[in-house]
Amino acid sequence: MEQELAVAEEPASPRRRRPRRRRWEGRTRTVRSNLQPSLGAEDPAAGASKGERLLTRGCVQHLADNRLKTTKYTLLSFLPKNLFEQFHRLANVYFVFIALLNFVPAVNAFQPGLALAPVLFILAVTAIKDLWEDYSRHRSDHEINHLGCLVFSREEKKYVNRYWKEIRVGDFVHLRCNEIIPADILLLSSSDPDGLCHIETANLDGETNLKQRQVVRGFSELVSEFNPLTFTSVIECEKPNNDLSRFRGCIIHSNGERAGLHKENLLLRGCTIRNTEAVAGIVIYAGHETKALLNNSGPRYKRSQLERQMNCDVLWCVLLLVFMSLFSAVGHGLWVWRYQEKKALFDVPESDGSSLSPATAAVYSFLTMIIVLQVLIPVSLYVSIEIVKLCQVYFINQDIELYDEETDSQLQCRALNITEDLGQIQYIFSDKTGTLTENKMVFRRCTVSGIEYSHDANAQRLARYQEVDSEEEEVISRVGTVSQRGSIGSHQSIWITHRNQSIKTHRRTSSRAEAKRASMLSKHTAFSSPMEKDITPDPKLLEKVSECDRFLAIASHQEHPLAHLSPELSDVFDFFIALTICNTVVVTSPDQPRQKVRVRLELKSPVKTIEDFLRRFTPSRQASGYSNTGNLATNKSSHKSGSSVLSSLSQDSMLLKLEERLGQAASTLAPNGYSSQAGQAEGWAPEGTGEQKHLGEQKQGLKPDLELRYEAESPDEAALVYAARAYSCTLVHRLQNQVSVELPHLGRLTFELLHTLGFDSIRKRMSVVIRHPLTDEINVYTKGADSVVMDLLLPCSSDDTRGRHQKKIRSRTQHYLNLYAVEGLRTLCIAKRVLSKEEYACWLQGHIEAESSVNNREELLFQSAIRLETNLHLLGATGIEDRLQDGVPETIAKLRQAGLQIWVLTGDKQETAINIAYACKLLDHGEEVITLNAESQEACAALLDQCLHYVRSKGSQSSPENTESDVSMGFSFNPASTSPASGPSPSLVIDGRSLAYALEKSLEDKFLFLAKQCRSVLCCRSTPLQKSMVVKLVRSKLKAMTLAIGDGANDVSMIQVADVGVGISGQEGMQAVMASDFAVPRFRYLERLLIVHGHWCYSRLANMVLYFFYKNTMFVGLLFWFQFYCGFSASAMIDQWYLIFFNLLFSSLPQLVTGVLDKDVPANMLLKEPQLYKSGQNMEEYRPRAFWLNMVDAAFQSLVCFFIPYLAYYDSDVDVFTWGTPVTAIALLTFLLHLGIETKTWTWLNWLACGFSTFLFFSVALIYNTSCATCYPPSNPYWTMQTLLGDPLFYLTCLIAPVSALLPRLFFKALLGSLFPTQLQMGRRLAKKFPSKYTTPKETSTQAQPPGDPETAFSGRRTMGPSESLPKDRATQVSPLPQQLACSPEASGEPSALDTNMPLKDDTLLEGLGTQVPGSSVPREAVSEECPGHSNGKPTSESPAAPLSSLFNLPSFSSLNWISSLSLASGLGSVLQLSRGSLQMDKQDSPPQPDQDLHSLQRQVTDYF
Amino acid sequence: MAMNYNAKDEVDGGPPCAPGGAAKTRRPDNTAFKQQRLPAWQPILTAGTVLPTFFIIGLIFIPIGIGIFVTSNNIREIEIDYTGTEPSSPCNKCLSPNVTSCFCTINFTLEESFEGNVFMYYGLSNFYQNHRRYVKSRDDSQLNGDPSALLNPSKECEPYRRSEDKPIAPCGAIANSMFNDTLELFLVTNESDLTLTPITLKKKGIAWWTDKNVKFRNPPGAGSLEEKFKDTTKPVNWHQPVYKLDTDEDNNGFINEDFIVWMRTAALPTFRKLYRLIERRSDLHPTLPAGQYYLNITYNYPVHSFDGRKRMILSTISWMGGKNPFLGIAYITIGSISFLLGVVLLVINHKYRNSSNTADITI
Repeated sequence: MEQELAVAEEPASPRRRRPRRRRWEGRTRTVRSNLQPSLGAEDPAAGASKGERLLTRGCVQHLADNRLKTTKYTLLSFLPKNLFEQFHRLANVYFVFIALLNFVPAVNAFQPGLALAPVLFILAVTAIKDLWEDYSRHRSDHEINHLGCLVFSREEKKYVNRYWKEIRVGDFVHLRCNEIIPADILLLSSSDPDGLCHIETANLDGETNLKQRQVVRGFSELVSEFNPLTFTSVIECEKPNNDLSRFRGCIIHSNGERAGLHKENLLLRGCTIRNTEAVAGIVIYAGHETKALLNNSGPRYKRSQLERQMNCDVLWCVLLLVFMSLFSAVGHGLWVWRYQEKKALFDVPESDGSSLSPATAAVYSFLTMIIVLQVLIPVSLYVSIEIVKLCQVYFINQDIELYDEETDSQLQCRALNITEDLGQIQYIFSDKTGTLTENKMVFRRCTVSGIEYSHDANAQRLARYQEVDSEEEEVISRVGTVSQRGSIGSHQSIWITHRNQSIKTHRRTSSRAEAKRASMLSKHTAFSSPMEKDITPDPKLLEKVSECDRFLAIASHQEHPLAHLSPELSDVFDFFIALTICNTVVVTSPDQPRQKVRVRLELKSPVKTIEDFLRRFTPSRQASGYSNTGNLATNKSSHKSGSSVLSSLSQDSMLLKLEERLGQAASTLAPNGYSSQAGQAEGWAPEGTGEQKHLGEQKQGLKPDLELRYEAESPDEAALVYAARAYSCTLVHRLQNQVSVELPHLGRLTFELLHTLGFDSIRKRMSVVIRHPLTDEINVYTKGADSVVMDLLLPCSSDDTRGRHQKKIRSRTQHYLNLYAVEGLRTLCIAKRVLSKEEYACWLQGHIEAESSVNNREELLFQSAIRLETNLHLLGATGIEDRLQDGVPETIAKLRQAGLQIWVLTGDKQETAINIAYACKLLDHGEEVITLNAESQEACAALLDQCLHYVRSKGSQSSPENTESDVSMGFSFNPASTSPASGPSPSLVIDGRSLAYALEKSLEDKFLFLAKQCRSVLCCRSTPLQKSMVVKLVRSKLKAMTLAIGDGANDVSMIQVADVGVGISGQEGMQAVMASDFAVPRFRYLERLLIVHGHWCYSRLANMVLYFFYKNTMFVGLLFWFQFYCGFSASAMIDQWYLIFFNLLFSSLPQLVTGVLDKDVPANMLLKEPQLYKSGQNMEEYRPRAFWLNMVDAAFQSLVCFFIPYLAYYDSDVDVFTWGTPVTAIALLTFLLHLGIETKTWTWLNWLACGFSTFLFFSVALIYNTSCATCYPPSNPYWTMQTLLGDPLFYLTCLIAPVSALLPRLFFKALLGSLFPTQLQMGRRLAKKFPSKYTTPKETSTQAQPPGDPETAFSGRRTMGPSESLPKDRATQVSPLPQQLACSPEASGEPSALDTNMPLKDDTLLEGLGTQVPGSSVPREAVSEECPGHSNGKPTSESPAAPLSSLFNLPSFSSLNWISSLSLASGLGSVLQLSRGSLQMDKQDSPPQPDQDLHSLQRQVTDYF
Repeated sequence: MAMNYNAKDEVDGGPPCAPGGAAKTRRPDNTAFKQQRLPAWQPILTAGTVLPTFFIIGLIFIPIGIGIFVTSNNIREIEIDYTGTEPSSPCNKCLSPNVTSCFCTINFTLEESFEGNVFMYYGLSNFYQNHRRYVKSRDDSQLNGDPSALLNPSKECEPYRRSEDKPIAPCGAIANSMFNDTLELFLVTNESDLTLTPITLKKKGIAWWTDKNVKFRNPPGAGSLEEKFKDTTKPVNWHQPVYKLDTDEDNNGFINEDFIVWMRTAALPTFRKLYRLIERRSDLHPTLPAGQYYLNITYNYPVHSFDGRKRMILSTISWMGGKNPFLGIAYITIGSISFLLGVVLLVINHKYRNSSNTADITI
């Protein structure tokens, strides 16, 4: 049997069912072909059919098959399992306990069966919900399990159709283009001659670009078609794990040879095959062991703040219950003690005739009271809250204003139970790239070899796009949607619903955004809109490029073509080559969607073994001089003849053969050149002569531009490639081991791609190792973040002129980089390294070792990459613009008005970040900016102290108010908390290193205190971990509600840590969305999500919870008062049925409707007056005071509702339940009226619900009272209701009791509303008074709203007093402090504690500023830095700012000197003046403050009535 | 209250114009419901909006209260406490525990004659008929004449379920503690020679119709009541078995109305129960003319031990039942308070408006 195991797993555990549970780290799985008969002995079952084999191999069952089973229950296990799960909820256990207690005869209060009803009801509701979910899961499982695919059958010796669920590990699967991969498959064969296969992973991570996968080494070279029957290798790989980006293992061929496997060889389940006609592979992981499914975690469960508070209040209720029961028990004990002696007629002895001792009676009474008063603990509260939240989620999802037309996606709520947290957010932590910005990269400018090319025309073009964008939006959206439907619809039909719903709903979002625009031109591409593609080249640079090109075209047949180029031109050339090839862009052609341009080229696989290397490179070393000529000779010959022997040979021969041949020919011909030569031969083949070539070029020059599309993993890459194309340096195609670049004169250059060292966030760079076709050198092109690349440059001595030149270039480049950063551009440095063969060989050895190692391969590869990327030669740098998303500044302004503190945590450079912050109005030019850049812990501490000191003194100097003060319920908005106008708080900018220091235990309090005082905080250069630490710190220390928003994988940790995580379903994949609670298409939707929906959800839920507590307390109060008149015997005058179903049926619907639909302030009012959001932040609706007031009111109402019937029926012949029924009716009416007072908007649904409640109560009562004459002991309410309905007294009490119970509440509400209206109430009044202004739908650019004309309607109205001047845009806050404060080491005057190693950077930066200022047309880019001195030098007119010099003790003057010694200090000064001037203008026409508006309005409103 | 339906919203709430027909976008429907734009009445609670409510309440409640009050005052009611705790009381003698079948007579005077039907109640105070275990202690099936329940009463009846090995009929503490005083009323027609004219007290028609005809039934079967109850025994405290409650076949056994009335347990410890009806004879004569009356009491029911009180009440009724001064007063009070609060709000509203008017001018 042992041999029979087609698949064996060494550490197999026979009883494993759920793969996730296993923990055998470090162990591996071994996969063998299912087709192989036993290795040694013949097994009788071996030849049996597959089905039989499955039956016989019982011990294989432990390996998961591909059946998808996500259901939790089976038909049999549903009940026990579901109940078991439900009883994990404490509340359920409690209620069941109460119900069971009722079965004890001595203490029972109700009919035992009846007492179970509510619990059963709630359990049943939950169970039905679970069942339904499970069923739909089952259905979709079934659907997926029955998809078909081709599996190789051993019997029929061919691929046959099978269901997905029948696939097992070790099976061979054949997939065709556009098919979805059914399991994790090791790629063994591809129709692609290079052994490549492209997959689209949108289902997995939302990225729509194609990813390359390659056939396992050793199989790509196979001559004939892959035959599974001959597959005898054994695959050893990792245990199933959920790491999508990692796969390690090796394949052991039958001859003992081992080859490493990595993620490039693995096709993941759920991805789609693209661009490849057919592939085949062996299943490695199936079913639940696939990475896609292991990654698929269920929905997240978070407990909202309100719920936590509510739980606390539930505990109070429990206490109250215990207190009431105890009180009752004592009372009953006394009562029994008093009456027992006296042989009272109504005293019922025990069943045996003995009388109960008072103590026992008290205990019984206690327990019974707990049963009777159980209503106090709201059994239905949790269910109701769930329902309400579900509805809220539904409405949020349905909000058309949160629908993004571009991406055809609406907001998604992934966490269902924290909707109300949205209304209480205090801090927003935002990522920058992709969140605030579009993450659409547009090439803006570049610097090559120290010379800047400003691309002014390009800038103008972009400006034009920006304008056109908004205008065309409408048109495009209509045209676009129609045209895109076809393609997207077809995609959707391919899609199969996996469990991961979220993926499903998100999958096409990223591509659709582009699709809309792209569909205007051609078919859609992954990333690039025309704006990104059509780059207007800088004439100067274009000139240089073409010069270079021409020169090379002429010199290409010389010995060292590049050597004759001037260093600058050579740099230019290399720069563009690097832009073009140093990436992982896949070239596709739109004619055949997702079909790559097929140019059959014969090339060996990249260098993979030492022997390979030796074979290929050693000869060239021996005869290097010779080889060059030889190479050129062949080059020329191929030019002339149009086809060479080699190329023709290689065209129809297989790779291996070619290699052999080349190996033989190596000694005679130049074997090291064959690759480029072959490539060129191929490229040139049709052209023939020079003239022809030229013609062809012109044809090609036009055609490929239109046809080629680039699919890049990151938008930056695509932007650079498009930029290079604008300079006629076109990436024509890319295969795994070669890249072809088309140049106008030089023609097609094919670079042999030796290695690609991919980008990672630690190295922050990527490199390609290529062999240059012209020089035959091995070049390394590196592209990466400037901070990293600049440090890796070849150290240049300042002795020789060359070195000095280099140094100059470097400093210039650095200077431009800083300039770019100030402009808010993303910067990338391009560098190059020429490797000698020896160096390369040396490195290669290590690299190959690293690659083939199974253990810590990543680490070794990382080390290897570092070894390669040193001693670089700087070529140049690029500046890429990442445009702000629509509406970001407005949204930020609104959110800030709403009292939210916004922190931006970004990994970008400080300058870039600050600039973006200015652009999106996070920083104001008029306000102070505290910059914290510390080089050491001590420096950081000192700086923090100083800043704190400064902030404090400023705070005390201005008004004593505190920004954190509560919003009092005063007449007007509290200016202290609404706007920083009276004393602008500074903003804080901190870089990653300082942040690390500041987050130390010793400093975190200070840092936090400082940050709290600041208006906004900007953390640059922060790592994902730091991001999450900051969030955690704020959350735990400030006890604040935090929201984190981001779009990329680097934001995931922050999103997870925050109270509310929001993911932007943007272009960086789905990881952020998967981790988030809410997913929005755009940043600007956050405004509506928080300010409108957050507020609504919070206010609704808070009011509903309060109402619940009120309701239950009031109801229980009635019963409790009755105890005083029934000897505390736990008797209830309310019929048990009413008692039990009251909460569940009669009074539940109206509050649900109110909880779902109530709108305290209309949406547009909330948007206009974001301050209203503060009510949620301050928990105004549901705070302990409100809770207790509510409870007191409930007690009062229950007193009224009890004693009015009591007195009305005092000393009458009424019986218990005939009296109890009016009390119940009164209670119901009181509840409804109370709800009526609390309800702010009455829709027909509210009326209906209230009517229904009343109707339901009376009809149920009537039916119940008619149904049975002898049932329902002890109440036996036969005909009670009917009798009551004939009794005028009933109506009279039902009228007076609710009215008198609610009079006080109504009175005080009215009083408060008149005398001390809250902001919310004023907002409502404002909205009501001017409905036309606030109920017209907000015009958003993307909405195709009916062309309502709010403006004209509005202007046509009568004058409305001051409120008319309500500013439309209050985004610009006045902040009278023009100067900015910098606490950078220089400015702080603490040189002793700080390293002063910054001069160079700052030097250049300032220089950059200086040059920019006069020339720049945008003075707004106000230069923010280091100007403590200026505040001294210039009079600060209106600001109450503290004299800075006093704060920064004298040494700061030294820094002043330092600054003024620079020539551009004056320039800085002028900029400052300018900004101040504009600021003053700002101030003059600054709109009246909102509080004034509402203040005046409030008077008007009272006028109005 | 101010109300305005937002007409604008209704207009907006129309169905969306879907251009593409079967276009499949995720765009949410633009319906009033889904966009939460349902037309709504949005009351705002301020002094100005609320004060009409207060006035309306006042205006409605005060007349009602006056009406009830007047009606209630027109009801004639007299209450005679015959517990006999005071030594002067004629029934004082019956308090001693060793006296059995004690008779006492209380005389009282009606100052005004009682017109129309007069209801005779007995009232008990400090009697907890609503005690939990007491309320439960009955078997409705038995009372409904269910033969099996008759012989095997419910456990709820314990400890008054069986006695002397026979099931008790009717079982339970309620039945066991049935009020068993007998009250008779005589009009002193001639004060000098004390001629007593007995007042006809109607025993039937005092219970709910449904109780008498649906809930309570004697066991089925032929034969006399005595035969039907032959296997049962009387409740411990009773002097007579259930089939001897009355001589009238229609008012005997379980359907004895005194019994039925007793079985309807009172809501509060102070209660009254209808004992007899005194029907109006003719329009010309008052049912109970003013004058002196004798109340003859067969004093059986011991309430003194638990500080209870026994009363006899004679009362006429109105459309709203018996005498009830509270409700009228309550209505008047609440109405007045409401009116007063309305005035307060009016003042506030007025004052507030004045101040804001001046403020407006300054702006």
